[in-house]
Amino acid sequence: MSTYRIQGRGRVNHSEPVYFTFDGKTYTGLRGDTVASALLANGVHLMGRSFKYHRPRGAVSAGSDEPNALLGTRRGKGQFEPNTRATLQEVRGNLETTSQNKLPSLKFDIGAINDASYMMFSAGFYYKTFMWPKSFWDKVYEPFIRAAAGLGVAPSEEDPDDYAARYVHIDLLVVGGGVAGIMAALTGARAGAKVVLVDETAEMGGALLSEPAVTIGGMAGWDWLAAALEELESLGVQVMTRTTAIGYYHENMVGLVQRVSDHLDHVPEGAPRERLWRVRAKQVVLAQGALEKPLVFDGNDRPGVMLASAAQTYLNRYGVKVGSRAVVVTTHDSAWYAAFDLAEAGISVAAIADIRPKIDAELVSKARALGIEVLPSHTVITTRGRLRVKSVSVAPVSNGAVGTSRVIPCDVVLMSGGWTPSLHLFSHTQGKLKWDAEAQVYLPDVKTEEVEIAGAGRGLWGYGAALEDGVVAGRTAVKALGLRATARAPGVGVDRPGTGIMVKDLPTNGDPGKARAFVDFQNDVTAKDIRLAVREGMRSIEHVKRYTTNGMATDQGKMSNMNGLMIASDALGKAPPQVGLTTFRPPYTPTTFGALANYVRGHQFEVTRKTAIDSWAEENGAVFEPVSQWRRAWYFPKDGEDMAAAVARECAATRKSVGIFDASTLGKIEVVGPDAVEFMNRTYTNPWTKLAPGRTRYGLLLGEDGYIRDDGVIGRLSQDRFHVTTTTGGAARVLNMMEDYLQTEWPDLKVWLTSTTEQWATVAVNGPNARKVLEPLVEGLDISNEAFPHMSIAECTVAGLPARLFRLSFTGELGFEINVPASKGRVLWEALMKSGAEYDICPYGTETMHVLRAEKGYIIVGQDTDGTVTPGDAGLDWALGKKKPDFIGMRGLKRPDLVASGRRQLVGLLTSDPKVKLEEGAQIVLDPNQPKPMKMVGWVTSSYYSATLGRTIAMALIEGGFDKMNDTVYIPMPDKTITAKITGTVFYDPEGEKVKL
Amino acid sequence: MLLIHCPYCGETLPETEFAYAGEAHIARPENPSEQTDAEWVEYLFMRSNVKGVHFERWRHIHGCGRFFNAARHTVTDKFLTTYKAGEPRPDIEALTGIKAGVKEGEK
Ligand SMILES: [Zn+2]
Repeated sequence: MSTYRIQGRGRVNHSEPVYFTFDGKTYTGLRGDTVASALLANGVHLMGRSFKYHRPRGAVSAGSDEPNALLGTRRGKGQFEPNTRATLQEVRGNLETTSQNKLPSLKFDIGAINDASYMMFSAGFYYKTFMWPKSFWDKVYEPFIRAAAGLGVAPSEEDPDDYAARYVHIDLLVVGGGVAGIMAALTGARAGAKVVLVDETAEMGGALLSEPAVTIGGMAGWDWLAAALEELESLGVQVMTRTTAIGYYHENMVGLVQRVSDHLDHVPEGAPRERLWRVRAKQVVLAQGALEKPLVFDGNDRPGVMLASAAQTYLNRYGVKVGSRAVVVTTHDSAWYAAFDLAEAGISVAAIADIRPKIDAELVSKARALGIEVLPSHTVITTRGRLRVKSVSVAPVSNGAVGTSRVIPCDVVLMSGGWTPSLHLFSHTQGKLKWDAEAQVYLPDVKTEEVEIAGAGRGLWGYGAALEDGVVAGRTAVKALGLRATARAPGVGVDRPGTGIMVKDLPTNGDPGKARAFVDFQNDVTAKDIRLAVREGMRSIEHVKRYTTNGMATDQGKMSNMNGLMIASDALGKAPPQVGLTTFRPPYTPTTFGALANYVRGHQFEVTRKTAIDSWAEENGAVFEPVSQWRRAWYFPKDGEDMAAAVARECAATRKSVGIFDASTLGKIEVVGPDAVEFMNRTYTNPWTKLAPGRTRYGLLLGEDGYIRDDGVIGRLSQDRFHVTTTTGGAARVLNMMEDYLQTEWPDLKVWLTSTTEQWATVAVNGPNARKVLEPLVEGLDISNEAFPHMSIAECTVAGLPARLFRLSFTGELGFEINVPASKGRVLWEALMKSGAEYDICPYGTETMHVLRAEKGYIIVGQDTDGTVTPGDAGLDWALGKKKPDFIGMRGLKRPDLVASGRRQLVGLLTSDPKVKLEEGAQIVLDPNQPKPMKMVGWVTSSYYSATLGRTIAMALIEGGFDKMNDTVYIPMPDKTITAKITGTVFYDPEGEKVKL
Repeated sequence: MLLIHCPYCGETLPETEFAYAGEAHIARPENPSEQTDAEWVEYLFMRSNVKGVHFERWRHIHGCGRFFNAARHTVTDKFLTTYKAGEPRPDIEALTGIKAGVKEGEK
């Protein structure tokens, strides 16, 4: 057992050693230790290097507010986490930990040269140092910043752990398992409420775990704690340790992250690593306590300098002496009590230096009785020691003048700058705080949620006050729940509430310009930085924060915000509330992506919609591509074919004989009712009145702004029934838009809208032999060209299945689209494949579909249009029902900018070199020799190799394109400039004869 | 996560069941073709963007599918009330004591 562990003391299990590694060396801790307490028990204070200056650092706290002792932790392959707080992570078997920000080793670090260049890295250095010249960014500044900065190393392997999630609806959630929280939970549970109590550490009890001398209800404090927890359990309260309330959201929803297995030697089969809880509580009690503030003086970051309360916790909760000889520096009584506990445990406490001139006489006499030198009206000048503090210099202050300093040898310096009520979660709710000028703290004021704050969170010190306040908060919650509270607070003995003052950076007789007096340990921000920010014009604390990065590290300034505010206030000569307060935002502590993603990862990240024919495509070797949420067959490669070869073959087969394509993902909306035609007239641009039942038409949908939103072929089945098709990605959007107009603008229209996308499987058969393939399967309909011409629709039987048959073409060939009930999609597909065998029917995917349609100049909304393209721009003016009194977008089309000349218009592009394929999205210029930046006149929207034409083809949006036919344009690329000629968009069968076969 | 009361379903349900649908009480002009450019710009683009009580449309998209109106405070984000499409703007001041932020020149 190490010399720093006190046998039998604390709440750790002295008979259960736990072995773990730190930087490759094995250490022994005890069950119940945190990594920090176990390392301290082994005399190790040096646990990391700081972010900017790579200064040696040790644990400064014993909780989740820890800014320094951040370690990499690892269990096995992929199970690595950077920036784990050593003060929160429990030791376990198989735990590997490593220190961070070291180059090459923790004890010898060349990055510490940054520390020598301290003057260069002052406030705003990012803004100043790296401003100029611009070319230095890529080669000098960025690599330097990347190498020097950064907190830990991001894991590179896939995380094999499971993460879980649950919802829970309860009456009362209590956040914080200190005495106030326990009392609030008891008050709720005794009244019959459904209660959840959470605490982020491994054990309930909060500060009481560090104060064994307190008595509650006539019992030793720890016995009362055990009894209270037993009662909570018997009342059915869900008591959750290792559970952090990360965020407080609207209407009393609180997010919790429960660390389920990080503390276990072996993870049980199937157990998640963490579990995210979404709690909706009727009432919430926040009993988060208070956080001790460091003091700001030169060398306050040296390993061995820590918060007084942390030393007290290590001693009483973990049985660990943080050193052999301590000096205490403080502005608050609480550090005196910590000093007494240490002295009584046999640690030499050399002196207590207190900035206050007047100190409670009882404290002074007790200190003297314990052999501690008392130094009132004293400030700290500096500390010395390379990897561990070796001494501290203190000096008397009188009327603002700092006297001669003296050096006191020590191996730990325990500091206390008083306490900050922990109101992070309250801040998440936009709850307002008010400045208490007497206590010099922000306290909760105006609430926005059903929430009570209890205990130290609202500035109440001592166990008696906290227990009382827990009951008060619990009673208020219980009353709001309509229940009756009976609980009363137990009496308390050996309570040591204490008082103190808040100070800015401590006065010094040294050169303040050279002082490394840290305010924010995690981001390496000093008092000098904050004063510099004020000198350079920052007036609000929000500006000071961003300029200096104070409070912007992952601890969100739990330790630094108030010190930063006090110093900025002093520099500005204003009271703190006039300088402001920065806002805390979720999460309370850094949260794993695993917990946030929980089940929603891998194949569960998003649904994959599959058509009825998907299984056939998979069995037949299709390569798939995602299209919105659908998985679509992209192409069907035969042995040894790459994509280009497969697509060329599929295109040729379809143009020569017949191709078959799964078009089931097309959006489908059934528009039905006596006013269906009026509704269609008002929504789509086209005229619908004269469209006879049995006929179809290409429909165009605009927004009120006149821009194209969607398109698709629409069939009229009867006077009062339309079968509307939409783009694959636009189906839900179009239905939403239709519903919007129907419900809110034209509620008088008698129309019903039904999404039928997933009710129909749709198969397209295209090519000169399409009719020959289909005809033998059709019953009850003559599909000859005369009886069933292009753009017809009819209900019939196909392959024995009830069908809606369209004659239409998205390829330029004779084409049919057969809709059958979705469950029969594969039956239809296989029947068509069988029937088409003698014509070498060729299944094709979305890529061939794209090429074939581009050869015909058919647009794809969202590819050839981008939300700023009008029908006129796309050459679709013919689709406008100009004689209609109104349709959505009709007025929009007359807007001055939409009728102005020089709009980008959709044209074809043929490259001079027929083998060169343009890149979609490539920018187009008229003069390739103009100076940069060049005037860009448009861009390529679609580009393919056309096997049919034996060359590449493209479409583009070009300013005034319709008037530039046959002009040459230029497409500058990184390696060369491509020339192309502007053409029409129809590259294949411009007369449109083939669809009429 | 906010809770929203659907005036059609009569139930208060999580925000994720609903979709926002823009500012409320902006009626499409009876005859758009007769609108001047200025009037059309006003209808098409101009929105009140209030700091305070905002009247807005929501759709119970993963529920009954109905569009409805809501008064929501843009500072607290909270819903003050919801009501059916076509119903007049409620008197928020009488209802909650909060002054409604209505664009100048509007009813
Ligand atoms: Zn509803």
